[in-house]
Amino acid sequence: MIAEHAIILAVVLPLLAAPLCVLLGRGVLAWIAASLTVWTSFGLALHLLQRVLAKGTLYYAIGGWEAPVGIEYRLDAAGALVMTVVTAIASIVLPYSFTSIRQEIDEHKHAWFYACLLLCFSGLLGITVAGDAFNIFVFLEISSLSTYVLVSMGRDRRALTAAFKYLIIGTVGATFYLLGVGFMYQMTGTLNIEDLAVCLTKMSADGVTPVYETTTVRAALSFLTVGISMKVALFPLHVWLPNVYAYAPSVVSAFLSATATKVAILIFLRVFYTIDGQAIPFESLPLAQTLVPFAVAGAVIASFVAVYQRDVKRLLAYSSIAQVGYMICGIGLASAAGLESGLLHLFNHALMKGTLFLAIGCVVYRVGQTRLEFLRGIGREMPLTSVSIVIGGASLIGVPLTAGFVSKWALLTAVLEQGRWVIAALIIVSSLIAVVYVGQILHVMLIRKRPAGAEKVREAPMWMVIPTLILALSNLWYGTVDGQAADAARAAAASLIAEVTR
Amino acid sequence: MDFLGLYNYWVFIVLMLSGFYLLLSARNLVKKVIGLNLFQTSVFVFYISTGKVKGGAVPIAAEGVDVYSNPLPHTLILTAIVVGVASTALGLSLILRIKDEYGSIEEDEVDMQDVLS
Repeated sequence: MIAEHAIILAVVLPLLAAPLCVLLGRGVLAWIAASLTVWTSFGLALHLLQRVLAKGTLYYAIGGWEAPVGIEYRLDAAGALVMTVVTAIASIVLPYSFTSIRQEIDEHKHAWFYACLLLCFSGLLGITVAGDAFNIFVFLEISSLSTYVLVSMGRDRRALTAAFKYLIIGTVGATFYLLGVGFMYQMTGTLNIEDLAVCLTKMSADGVTPVYETTTVRAALSFLTVGISMKVALFPLHVWLPNVYAYAPSVVSAFLSATATKVAILIFLRVFYTIDGQAIPFESLPLAQTLVPFAVAGAVIASFVAVYQRDVKRLLAYSSIAQVGYMICGIGLASAAGLESGLLHLFNHALMKGTLFLAIGCVVYRVGQTRLEFLRGIGREMPLTSVSIVIGGASLIGVPLTAGFVSKWALLTAVLEQGRWVIAALIIVSSLIAVVYVGQILHVMLIRKRPAGAEKVREAPMWMVIPTLILALSNLWYGTVDGQAADAARAAAASLIAEVTR
Repeated sequence: MDFLGLYNYWVFIVLMLSGFYLLLSARNLVKKVIGLNLFQTSVFVFYISTGKVKGGAVPIAAEGVDVYSNPLPHTLILTAIVVGVASTALGLSLILRIKDEYGSIEEDEVDMQDVLS
C-alpha cells in the first residue's frame, strides 16, 4: 500500500508538514517535525531509487486518472538520482540547522524558517517526479518563492536586496519557461512530457514539416532554454547567484548550492532529452553549439573571478557557477558518456559544495564573519571544521581519491572521446584556477597565524560539526570505495536517452 | 500574412515587451514589480487567447451547443495567476523590508549604500 504511493508521499508529506511547523510554533517542535518528515522522504527516495534501478521508470496516475488526460507522476532513474541527492542533503542539513539558525535568525521566525525549508524541499522533489510540463512550472515556483523568503532571512541587510533581485530574475526565468510550455501546448495539445515527445514527431498542419521543425517549437525551445538557464545560473545568466549564496543564512546557502541548481539542471534534461531527444535524433541535438561554449566560458571566467573574492561565501558561489559549467558541458556533449559525467558531477558537486558551505557555516558560528582575513589561523583552533574544508576543497579541485576527481575524469574522458581538445584544455585551466582559490582559503586558514590579541575560538558545536564531517567523508567514500553513484548516473543517462517504451 | 487575424499575439507581444522594458529600465523597485506583473500577465493573455475555438461557446455543458472553447488553458492560468499574486506579494513585502533597512526604494541609492558600507 505505502510502496505503491511512495512517489506521491515523498512530495506530499513535506507539503503537509510545512503548515504543521507553523502551527507548532515553537522552534524545537517545528524542528522535530521537519526532521522526521525529511528523513521519511529520504527513506522513500532510497526505496524508490532501488526500485527504479531494478525495474525501470515508475508511473503514478494521480487520483487514478490515466495520462495523458490525468496528471501523472513519473520517476525515471535521472529523477530518482536527483531526488536522492536532494533528500540526502536535506537530511544532513536539518540537524545542522537547529544550532546554526539559533545564532543567525530571530527566535520567533524559526517555525517559519522550517516551514519555508520544507516548502522548498517539497517543490524540489515535485520537479523530480513531475511527468507534466506545467506541473514542473508550479513546483518550480513553489520552491523558488520559498527560496526567496529563506534568502531574505540572512543577517546582513544585503540579503534583502539579493532576495529581491533573485525574485525578479527567477520570476522572469519561470515566466519564460511558462511561455515555452505554452508554445509547445499550442502545437501539440498536450502537457504530459512523454506524450509531448510523441506528438512532436507527428506531422504539422501543412503536412510537410514535422512538428518539431516548426518555428513555434523552435521558439518554444529558445524560451525554455533561456528560462531554465536563469534558474541554473548558467553563465552569463548567473548574476543573481553570488549575492544570494553570500548573504543567505549558512544553512540555506548549503542547501541551495547542493540542491536548487541541480534540480534546475534536471529540468534542462527533461526538456532536451526526455521531450526533445525522442523527436530529434540524439546525435543531432543542437546542444553542442549552443550550450557548451557558454558552459566552458562560465567554467573559466567564474573560476577566475572567484580568485579575486575576499568573502569566502562569495568565492564559493563563483566556484558554483564554474561547476555548473562542467555539468552543462557534460550534458551539452550529447553523448551517453557526457550525460553520465554531467549527472555524476551533479551528485558529487552536491557533496563537495554542501561540505564547504556547512564548514564555512561552522566558522561563521564561531567567528561571525565570512571575510577571508577573519579565517586566519583557525586551522589549529577548529581542527574538525578545517579537515572538512580541506577535503571539500580537494574534491572541488578534483584531487585523486576524492569524489570530484571521479566525475571530472569522466567529463574529460567524454570530451576527449569526441576529440574536442580545446574544451578539454579549458576544463583543465579552470581546474588549475580552482587550485588557486581553494589554496587561498587553505593558506589563510592553516598557515597564517591568528592575529595578535584575537579572541581564541573553539570548535563549533557537535550538532554542526558531525553533519559537516559526514558529508566531508562521503566525498572520500564516493571517491574511493563506492561506485554506486557512478552506476546510478549510468542508469540515469540511459533512462534519458532510451526511447519511450510505453 | 493575416495581420489583424492574429491581433491577440500582437497584444501579447506589446504587453510582454512593455513589461520587460519597464522591468529592466525602472530604477524604482515598485515600478520593477509593476513591470514584472505586466510581463507575467501578458503570458496569461497569450495562454487564454490560444484556448479560444472559433465559434466555440463558454466551456459549460448546455443544450444545443456542440463547440466549446478549450477550457484547459483557463485552468492552467488560474494556477499561474496564483503564482503571480504570490510573487507580487513577496516582492512588495521585500520592498517594505528594504525601505526599513535602507530608507529608500530607489535601486541606485540602495546599491550606493552597499558600496559605501
